[in-house]
Amino acid sequence: MDSDEDMETFEVDSGNESSSDDIGFNIEDQNQNPKDRQNDIEEFVFNVLSTEEIVQHMIDCIKEVNIIVEIPATTTRILLNHFKWDKEKLMERYYDGDQEQLFAEARVINPLASRSSQQPSTSSSMSSKAKVSRRCPPNSEECEICFTLIPSNLMTGLECNHRFCTQCWCEYLTTKIMAEGMGQTIACAAHGCNILVDDATVMRLVRDPKVRLKYQHLITNSFVECNRLLRWCPSPDCNNAVKVQHVEAHPVTCKCGHRFCFACGENWHDPVRCSLLKRWIKKCDDDSETSNWIAANTKECPKCNVTIEKDGGCNHMVCKNQSCKTEFCWVCLGSWEPHGSSWYSCNRFNEEEAKEARGAQERSRAALQRYLFYCNRYMNHMQSLKFENKLYASVKEKMEEMQHHCMSWIEVQFLKKAVDILCQCRQTLMYTYVFAYYLRKNNQSTIFEDNQRDLEAATEKLSEYLERDITNENLANIKQQVQDKYRYCDLRRKKLLEHVHEGYEKESWEYMD
Amino acid sequence: MSALPRRIIKETQRLMQEPVPGISAVPDESNARYFHVIVTGPEDSPFEGGLFKLELFLPEDYPMSAPKVRFITKIYHPNIDRLGRICLDILKDKWSPALQIRTVLLSIQALLSAPNPDDPLANDVAELWKVNEVEAIRNAKEWTRKYAMEN
Ligand SMILES: [Zn+2]
Ligand SMILES: [Zn+2]
Ligand SMILES: [Zn+2]
Ligand SMILES: [Zn+2]
Ligand SMILES: [Zn+2]
Ligand SMILES: [Zn+2]
Repeated sequence: MDSDEDMETFEVDSGNESSSDDIGFNIEDQNQNPKDRQNDIEEFVFNVLSTEEIVQHMIDCIKEVNIIVEIPATTTRILLNHFKWDKEKLMERYYDGDQEQLFAEARVINPLASRSSQQPSTSSSMSSKAKVSRRCPPNSEECEICFTLIPSNLMTGLECNHRFCTQCWCEYLTTKIMAEGMGQTIACAAHGCNILVDDATVMRLVRDPKVRLKYQHLITNSFVECNRLLRWCPSPDCNNAVKVQHVEAHPVTCKCGHRFCFACGENWHDPVRCSLLKRWIKKCDDDSETSNWIAANTKECPKCNVTIEKDGGCNHMVCKNQSCKTEFCWVCLGSWEPHGSSWYSCNRFNEEEAKEARGAQERSRAALQRYLFYCNRYMNHMQSLKFENKLYASVKEKMEEMQHHCMSWIEVQFLKKAVDILCQCRQTLMYTYVFAYYLRKNNQSTIFEDNQRDLEAATEKLSEYLERDITNENLANIKQQVQDKYRYCDLRRKKLLEHVHEGYEKESWEYMD
Repeated sequence: MSALPRRIIKETQRLMQEPVPGISAVPDESNARYFHVIVTGPEDSPFEGGLFKLELFLPEDYPMSAPKVRFITKIYHPNIDRLGRICLDILKDKWSPALQIRTVLLSIQALLSAPNPDDPLANDVAELWKVNEVEAIRNAKEWTRKYAMEN
């Protein structure tokens, strides 16, 4: 149902140059399943927001509430933040609960209460005691922070009526923002007063553009982080956030091109669910030493022991040693021969063998081996996925070359599409091993493993084809074959995902503890 | 070192003019940000009769950040550790620039009157204070006699 491609049309960036690349294939896809595509679009809507758009969205949220509730926008912001930007929750409490208590909880003075009735709160008593004896000339006050006589019009404060000079306020806010990284939660400068400083006051009192920028950044960050419907794009150099209508484990694609799961922020990980993936990642981190060993990029030829480095995504290895030339599988180090055939079973861990292990020591070794088995394959697809980026570059070269010969631009796009599908398959395969690791054996899990095996075999074939040299002579032939291969891969991938999703619906998956 | 801010000068003057009963705080001759402090143990506390030496330092960004205070005299107290460091909220996240040396020292004096073993800094002391308050108070009195009453 939520197959990946359907989301691709969702690229929020309408000016995306690559959108026309897919023309030919869109027609294809629509022929296959026009309804699914339609449904998916209606089901999961998301937007990518730039920093400026996030700020605008925040302002809009405040306005929306202010249309109904007539209180200052600055107060509304603090209230909304208190309710993690859940408007409905705020409204409910505002109209159904004790308003006085609501304002106290949110750390603001009730803006509806008349100002004249308000006395400076007594919490600052310790310092005011010291002040009592000091007599001030008319129209001036002593600032309790700098101990200077200040004209009253330069003294300022929040609704709580704790007044300090503007310069001390500025210094206080600057310290909070720059040294302590506080934004939304800066309290009044008076001792024991927990009334929050609103954003308008901060912007009025702080003039230094560096400090203002940092403050706005902190405010925006807390807005995104506490808002369930927003998530920062996890890509390290990206400042966009994704906004959804409702929270769901669903792939979203940022304008920077990064594609991730909205619910957990990890790379899109269908078919495994967020919670299991989280467990897996934690396990891998805990076992990082063994994982490092697994991730090592070199292996030895199973026959002549020459060290072989993997330099492409394909798992079909041929020993460099000219007198050996053994063909083997990078993953299981077994002979390659059966991998090409229909009884290919590199993906299936032999549970029988594990069962034979006797005694506690052996059992724990079996558990470790079982883990290493799945981890090895998971890491391997991840590694291949990284090499596939190199493939994109070489495919681009090939495409340009082909255009110099007999093919038009649109005719050579099949190569890019093939790499796209290859990457999707690798990513799906990678996460199938996480799913499989936690899966308890039953009838459905056997079907799943069959699907996994088929997809893996098809993916390796496609990968191999893409690493072949394309010449003028074999071009038409290769195009046909590559297209056949990737269509088949795509089909296998969809079958596998559909089957897993169906299992989720029917609750046929059982997990290991 | 930069010139002494008006706030520190004024605060020191007032501290000298209107001293707090039971507390003396004198700036060091060579460093006006460093204070030699003596707090008398409050009446009806296990610290009664003791004179406790402390050091107090006003950091560069005082009063935006809190003064650094430490007991020099050994003291048996659940919120004060072996090194004399004090667990007091106003010296940390509850600090406000409107607080002063005076208020800090008053709060420390209050802490001697009312130890709070639920927010401990010295774990073994706090533990005993909770399990066997009588023995803890006996220890505190003994330490006071031993370390805070020389002459
Ligand atoms: Zn001031
Ligand atoms: Zn206040
Ligand atoms: Zn991004
Ligand atoms: Zn997820
Ligand atoms: Zn070899
Ligand atoms: Zn294999």
